[in-house]
Amino acid sequence: MDSAALIPAFRAGDRRALSRLLTYAERGDDAFPALYDELAPSRGHAMRLGITGPPGAGKSTFVSALVTARRNAGERVAVLAIDPTSPFTGGALLGDRIRMQEHVLDSGVFVRSMATRGSLGGLSRASLEASDLLDVFGFPHVVIETVGVGQVEHDIIEAADLVTVVLSPGAGDGVQALKAGLMEIADVFVINKADLPGADQVAVDLREMLALRSQRHGDEIPVVRCSSIDGEGLGEAIEAIDRRWHTLEHDGRLAARRHERSVVQVRRLVEQSLRERLFGSDEDLEQSLSSSDLARPYAACDMLLDRFDAQTSRSPASPTHKRNEPR
Amino acid sequence: MRTDPIRVLVAKPGLDGHDRGAKVVAAALRDRGMEVVYTGLHQTPAQIAEAALQEDVDVVGLSIHSGAHMTLFPEIKRLLDANGMGDVLLVGGGIIPEEDAAQLEAQGFGKLFGPGSRTDEIADYIEAELERRPAK
Repeated sequence: MDSAALIPAFRAGDRRALSRLLTYAERGDDAFPALYDELAPSRGHAMRLGITGPPGAGKSTFVSALVTARRNAGERVAVLAIDPTSPFTGGALLGDRIRMQEHVLDSGVFVRSMATRGSLGGLSRASLEASDLLDVFGFPHVVIETVGVGQVEHDIIEAADLVTVVLSPGAGDGVQALKAGLMEIADVFVINKADLPGADQVAVDLREMLALRSQRHGDEIPVVRCSSIDGEGLGEAIEAIDRRWHTLEHDGRLAARRHERSVVQVRRLVEQSLRERLFGSDEDLEQSLSSSDLARPYAACDMLLDRFDAQTSRSPASPTHKRNEPR
Repeated sequence: MRTDPIRVLVAKPGLDGHDRGAKVVAAALRDRGMEVVYTGLHQTPAQIAEAALQEDVDVVGLSIHSGAHMTLFPEIKRLLDANGMGDVLLVGGGIIPEEDAAQLEAQGFGKLFGPGSRTDEIADYIEAELERRPAK
């Protein structure tokens, strides 16, 4: 399928076109910016739910159970499942699909696996653009599952409308729960594997932590226990997510988050483009620096920026991203 | 030359439960810098073709030991073609007699690797084959 045919096919609901556009997003294809800008104005209809938590907490199993529940309610769901890229080989084993097998032949479900490709915040580089595409394609639910994360990977707030943090018993005592970062981004806590011993203690620790916090924020963060394997508590978990969604929608925080997300996105795109213009590739940068430059890093930095300023003042900036002719 | 990783779907069609080989190959391709989507056991041809479409992979690798390859492999090829995924490189491995392999290759399959194949041979073949093909 050539790139000119992609948009009409995408708008007509062709899953192959969706899939190919996701590939374009992921590899940063030259054709992508124009195609994306044509579709992006229609985003903002899906409920974008981020699912994050430590490795092995049961994120994929929870997502699969969530998909089943949404489908039983007659709603279509797209899942973006992210797994880590090896920093040594650049390869990745994407295994989240194994737990989604029952949904493969359901035309109301679309699952795409992505590797982080060097991104360190728990998402892949193009997660936001990819979830925008799934949203514009018409899925009312877009679920973004991050890699297993620790305490500092919280890029998910830059791609999702609301975030569910999935924890499981035995992952650490109350002090772990008090730490910053991951613990502060949750809209809903799900304590998965509630059939295992220790789930009550995790719930108690979390509620204590949240009680200290909510005096500050005046905000109630639900803590729900569930077992994704046998379905116990799953209904309550989904109810808590939906209630939280309605709260955010009504008090204006959803709109505020989406606005901020767009601003952050533009900033990221500017940073990427500037970096490319400034340096080209790492090899280009290396070649433009002599060993005497390297001896005085701040001076080298000023020298490069002066050279960049001189370049930009001489020639009017040419657009980095190709644009389609207006119709 | 492409700069993004090659994407491969590794799948086990049919009823046999031996996925050691599939896992070894999946790990070897990952170590070669490819992104490998592993789908697990007992996949139907329709599930494999649909997963290949959703993941937009360059390669589908099938592992089979049940002897049903002459039924399942052509069906997977037919469904991929029907999905507009006819340009995907289809490779396979397992217990496949030479005359069957020749027949499948004549139908448009890539190479089929029997017991004793080296994993780097498989990775080399995939890289070389994709290098030859037009970019998608």
